[in-house]
Amino acid sequence: MKVLVPVKRVLDYNLKVRVKPDGSGVDLSNLKMSMNPFCEIAVEEAVRMKEGGGGHAKDAATEVVAVSIGPDQAQETLRNALAIGADRGILVKADGEVEPLAVAKLLKAVIEAEKPDLVILGKQAIDDDNNATGQMLAALLGWPQATFASKIVLGAGKATVTREVDGGLQTIDVELPAIITTDLRLNEPRYASLPNIMKAKKKPIDVKTPADLEVDTTPRLKVLKTAEPPKRQGGVKVKTAAELVGKLKEAGVI
Amino acid sequence: MAVLVIAEHDNASLKDATNKVVTAAKAMSGDVDVLVAGSNAGAAAAEAAKIEGVRKVLHADAAALAKQMAEPLEALITPLMSNYDAVLFPASTTGKNAAPRVAAKLDTMQVTGVIGVEGPDTFVRPIYAGNALITVKDEQPKKVLTVQPTAFKAAATGGSAAVETVATPGGAYKSAFVSEEMAKSDRPELTGAKRVVSGGRALGSSEEFNKVLEPLADKLGAAVGASRAAVDAGYAPNDYQVGQTGKVVAPELYVAVGISGAIQHLAGMKDSKVIVAINKDEEAPIFQVADYGLVADYKTAVPELMDELSKAGL
Repeated sequence: MKVLVPVKRVLDYNLKVRVKPDGSGVDLSNLKMSMNPFCEIAVEEAVRMKEGGGGHAKDAATEVVAVSIGPDQAQETLRNALAIGADRGILVKADGEVEPLAVAKLLKAVIEAEKPDLVILGKQAIDDDNNATGQMLAALLGWPQATFASKIVLGAGKATVTREVDGGLQTIDVELPAIITTDLRLNEPRYASLPNIMKAKKKPIDVKTPADLEVDTTPRLKVLKTAEPPKRQGGVKVKTAAELVGKLKEAGVI
Repeated sequence: MAVLVIAEHDNASLKDATNKVVTAAKAMSGDVDVLVAGSNAGAAAAEAAKIEGVRKVLHADAAALAKQMAEPLEALITPLMSNYDAVLFPASTTGKNAAPRVAAKLDTMQVTGVIGVEGPDTFVRPIYAGNALITVKDEQPKKVLTVQPTAFKAAATGGSAAVETVATPGGAYKSAFVSEEMAKSDRPELTGAKRVVSGGRALGSSEEFNKVLEPLADKLGAAVGASRAAVDAGYAPNDYQVGQTGKVVAPELYVAVGISGAIQHLAGMKDSKVIVAINKDEEAPIFQVADYGLVADYKTAVPELMDELSKAGL
């Protein structure tokens, strides 16, 4: 089984973003960029399908292909996926904002050429917080989707996926090929070892452009302005539980 | 313009999130219809008809819609969009799952997690875990939005819209419901609760989490939440998670116990009316957003708070 894993380069999740004073966007200059955490979980799961970890049979996946859409530097993100254990990478080189709909169209074109049996993606990117690419890709391909996965069990021609939903867990079957998006508890991604980081440097990365794939990536939504959220003012410190209850009564919330 | 709101419901009853999304829809247009898609969901459809300002309710009833999975929902909603200019989903796991599938079929880029409607085509949404807000103009002929219900007031009830039955497209789907494990609790649901008691990593274990928070939640009639750190550590189930990657809540009272206040947690609760923080670390960022901060070890502070609440008649 061939597994394709799209990965996104985003601002490192430990860093706080700053809005540019003129409201024209966020300032990412000189800040560390990393692989989106949900994408790391997706790569880890695909690699476990190959290695035989996480409840998967060894060689359940025969090849893991990582794909990234972004600037030249997204090659670093692909190298990171290769260091975790993906076999090869594809970079679709695109500068500037590419919205999830365009990403889904680019991925569809890659998938039509690569013909994977399973595509695993992060449920959302922590920069634009859209939570949309996987579902859009499933729609464009006419494939079933299992979003917010916390457990994947591969079967004959299907995957049984447990999903994190409001109020609990839901388990569904999806026929393969299918789209699965990862939630936090699916697995804990490994740290790539130094030998694997070295090995990853020799793995192939193929570079394409949106023009090669005949996809128009012009954004559909026009961002009029970017602003800081209204600041919430910290209030007062209370000394005792009795004082706290007094304040809550005054505020009318108890 | 005509706007379709996708109802949040569990077949038996309508969720308050629907009324909130209707409020967002009314800020776009006067022509707002609600779709109740489910199985034996007549009661939910009747409730939706009572929301003030709703023009009519569309009711689709089929076994395939019982769990409101993405494939049948998309197959139902996409053709209905020939009569509408915009469709609004609540930003619940059901809405987040189905909305992009509909959007892609309509060749629309969706606007995700809308917290403000400035006009029929201008919306405010958070990015970077709520650390920045963008205002976007959406001039696409068919608009698809997911709406953060906590950002809008619930539309009142008292209306009497007509309920119209719509046919559900037949068809074979490539996904099938197997089972579900829903948390059984007498407490209110986290996203709609008026009071929330939330715990962090400082609680140290799942036993301690339950032992400390459950009695306090019961006393306050509150839902229980958790920080991502507490969920990651296994102290609380994932559906308790409040934050960027979990649930967004905006109760009247939010009590954070042993939560440091990471950015990603604040993104999920900073719109609460009154925030109380109990933390022994005076420097914890949670105090920067808390209305009332108590610098104390939760081990002594929570029992004292329980006593004081009892004295106050709770």
